Amino acid sequence: MKLTGSEIFVESLKREGVKTIFGIPGGVVLKLFDVLHQQKDVEVILTRHEQGAIHMAEGYGKATGKAGVALVTSGPGMTNIVTGLQDAMMDSVPLVAFTGQVPTSLIGNDAFQEADNIGISRPCTKHNVLVKDVADLAATIKEAFYIANTGRPGPVLVDIPKDVSTESAEFHYPDKVDLRGYRPTVSGNRYQIKQAAGEILKAKRPVIYVGGGAIFSGAANEVREFAELTQIPVTMTVMGLGAFPGTHALCMGMLGMHGTYCANMAMHEADLLIAVGARFDDRVTGKLSEFSPRARVIHIDIDPTSIKKNVHAHIPIVGDVKTVLRELVGVLSSMDGNPASVKAQRRPWQKQVNDWAGAHPLSYQQEGKKETKPQYVIEKAYELTKHKAIVVTDVGQHQMWAAQYFRGAQQRTFLTSGGLGTMGFGFPAAIGAQKAYPNKTVLCITSEGSFQMNLQELAVAAIYKLPVKIILLNNQFHGMVRQWQDLFYEGRYASSDLGTTPDFVKLAEAYGILGLQSDGPADVEAVLKEGFKHKGPVLMNFAIDRFENCYPMIPAGGAHHEMVLEDPPHMKTARKGSRKKGEDADAVLPA
Amino acid sequence: MEHIISVLVENKAGVLARVAGLFSARNYNIESLSVAPTPDSTISMITIVTSGEELIIEQIMKQLNKVIEVLKVVDLTEEDHIDRETALIKIGAKQSHRDEAIRIAQIFRANIVDSTPQTYTLEVSGDSGKIHAVINLLKPMGIKEIVRTGRIAIARESA
Repeated sequence: MKLTGSEIFVESLKREGVKTIFGIPGGVVLKLFDVLHQQKDVEVILTRHEQGAIHMAEGYGKATGKAGVALVTSGPGMTNIVTGLQDAMMDSVPLVAFTGQVPTSLIGNDAFQEADNIGISRPCTKHNVLVKDVADLAATIKEAFYIANTGRPGPVLVDIPKDVSTESAEFHYPDKVDLRGYRPTVSGNRYQIKQAAGEILKAKRPVIYVGGGAIFSGAANEVREFAELTQIPVTMTVMGLGAFPGTHALCMGMLGMHGTYCANMAMHEADLLIAVGARFDDRVTGKLSEFSPRARVIHIDIDPTSIKKNVHAHIPIVGDVKTVLRELVGVLSSMDGNPASVKAQRRPWQKQVNDWAGAHPLSYQQEGKKETKPQYVIEKAYELTKHKAIVVTDVGQHQMWAAQYFRGAQQRTFLTSGGLGTMGFGFPAAIGAQKAYPNKTVLCITSEGSFQMNLQELAVAAIYKLPVKIILLNNQFHGMVRQWQDLFYEGRYASSDLGTTPDFVKLAEAYGILGLQSDGPADVEAVLKEGFKHKGPVLMNFAIDRFENCYPMIPAGGAHHEMVLEDPPHMKTARKGSRKKGEDADAVLPA
Repeated sequence: MEHIISVLVENKAGVLARVAGLFSARNYNIESLSVAPTPDSTISMITIVTSGEELIIEQIMKQLNKVIEVLKVVDLTEEDHIDRETALIKIGAKQSHRDEAIRIAQIFRANIVDSTPQTYTLEVSGDSGKIHAVINLLKPMGIKEIVRTGRIAIARESA
C-alpha cells in the first residue's frame, strides 16, 4: 500500500512503540503534524520552545531507557535543539530527533528557514541522516531507533525535507536492522574476564567505580550482586547514581569534584579500580597525574573509545555492562575462595573506608540558623519521598547537593545533565519523565538561575496536567559561579548576582500553577508536604542562604586527597567587601 | 610518529565530513587525505596520514571505528606496506635548464607531461622521500606550482 511520507513517519513511530513525541510545528513539517493530528496512538506534546522539546525527550529517554522523540521544524527549530543533542551525546541518552528540511529542490539555496541540519548536528549526534527519497524513509527511521537504543546509546537525527513528507511510497517497515558498520560488542572477552577475576581476588584495597553506563545497561541488580559477592565498596559518578543503593553498607556515595571524603580517599588509596560503565571524566578524576596512583584498572565499557582515553586500563573489557558483570560474577563464583574468607579478607579495607566516612561525613549546620540551608530542603524532600520519586535536577550547586543527599535506590530515578552541564535541562526533562511515568512523583530540583533558562515550559506542565514538583532553591545567585568567585576570584561577583526578580509564586500563578513560598527553615517541611499533597504541578520557591557553599570540593586540577572541606578563612574577609549595602554579612555567613 | 590509516567507508554523502570533522573536533592531525571509490561501488577508501603518540593513534582508530558508516580501519604503519604519492610539478624551463630538467626526470623516472617554451610539467610518483628529493633538485630552476595527491598505501601480501 502506498502512503505519503508523513503517513510513513507516523506508522513507523507506531511500529517503534512511540507513545509520545515532543515538538513544535513550522512551515516544512506541517504535513507531519497534520497526520499526527488525525490519529490517537502517538500523542504530541506541544512545547513552548524547541529546547524544551529536546530536553523533554531526553527526560523521557533517561527515565525509560528507550529513545525519547522530538519533532521540530527546519532552520531555527533545528538550531534550538542543538544544546539538547550535545547534552544527549555527552550523557549517552537514547533519543531520536526529527527535523524538517526545506524541499530537496531548494536545499543549498539559502531558502527561508533553511539550515544545514546535518552539518550542524554531525558532531553532536551518534548518527544523522538526510532522507532524500521517501522510499528510504521507513528504513531510515528503523535504523535511527536501532542506533539510538543500542550499544552506547545516543541521539540520532533524521532530517526530512518537505517534499519527502508529502510524496508517496510503498510502506514496508523492516523487521530488523543489519548495518555492516555497526555491531556493538555485548559479551566480554573471556580471557580478559578471567584476568579481571584474578585481580579482584588478589586486591587488598579495591573500589568499584560505577558510571552512567551501568544505568543505560539496566545493570543495577548485577552491580549489587557483584559488590556483595566480592565485598568491595562502591562509588558512583553523578551519572551512575541509582545504579547501587545509596543506603547500602558498601556505598560510599558519589566521587569526584563534589564527591564524599570517603569515596575520594578510597579512590586515592585503592590498589584496584573496577570501572563499570564510566569514562574517567575530568570532574571525576581531578588531576590525572595523581589519580589513583597505586591502582591497577579494570575497565568495563561498551564503548571502546572510553577505554584508555584518559586513564590507562590494565584490563580493558569491551562489552555491555550487565552482560559482562554477569559473566564476571559467574567466573568469580566458580573460583575457590568461599564468601566468608572474602569477607574476612576485605575487613581491614572496609574498616578504613568506614573510618573515612565517619571522619568527614557530608554535613551542614541548620540548627540555630535563621536562613534555610539548601541541603536541609533536599534532605527533607528525600525523607518525604524516600525511594519513590524520580529526581530530576538542573545544573549547579543544587545539583551537587541533590547528588549528595538523595540516596536513591533505583536506576533511572536520578536524572541530571552530567557531561554537558546544561542549565535549563532540569525542568523540561522532569516534564518528559513525568509524561513517561504519570503516576510517579517527579521532583525537579532546580535553582532560579537554571529554572529561568526554560521556565516557559510551565505552560506545558499546566496544560497537560503534568504534576511535576518543582523545588526551587533560590539564592539569587548563579550559586556555583559565586562559589568559585569566592574561592578563586577574591569574592568579586562578576555577573553572578541575579537579584530578587521574578516573584516565582506569582509566576507560577500566572501559568495557572500552584506557587508556594518558603522564607525560612521553620516552614520548609510544611511547604514540601503541601506541595507533594497537591494533585497538579507545583512550584515551591525556597529562599535559601545565599552564601552556602558545596563541599567537599576538589579545586579544578587538584587530586582526590586535596579536598577542601569547608570555607577557607580568606573568604570571610573577602565577602564583606562585596556585600551590598544594608546586607548583614555575619548573619548569613556559614559557621 | 607518523601513521598511515586506511578507512573503508560506506560511499554515502557526508561520510567524509564525519571522518574529517572527527579529526578537527578532537584536535587530531591530518597530514594528508585521499578518497576514492573501491571496486565495490558502495564502498570508498579513505587514506589518512596522521601523527601522534601511540595513545592518540589508538583513540583515532577507535573513534573512526565508532562512526556508523565506517566499515574497517587499518593502521598500515603496523604492517609491511607500500605507500605512494603522485606530484605534478610545474617548473620554469628556460633554454639553459631544459636538458638538466630532462636528466632529473629520467633519474627519478618522472614523465614530462606538458611543455611550453618557458615551462615543463613533471609527473612523478613514489614514496615521500623520492618526491621530496625531486622537488629539491628542481628548486634551482624555479618551481611555479606543485600539486600533490596525498599519500595512498596498500599492505604487502605475505609470500
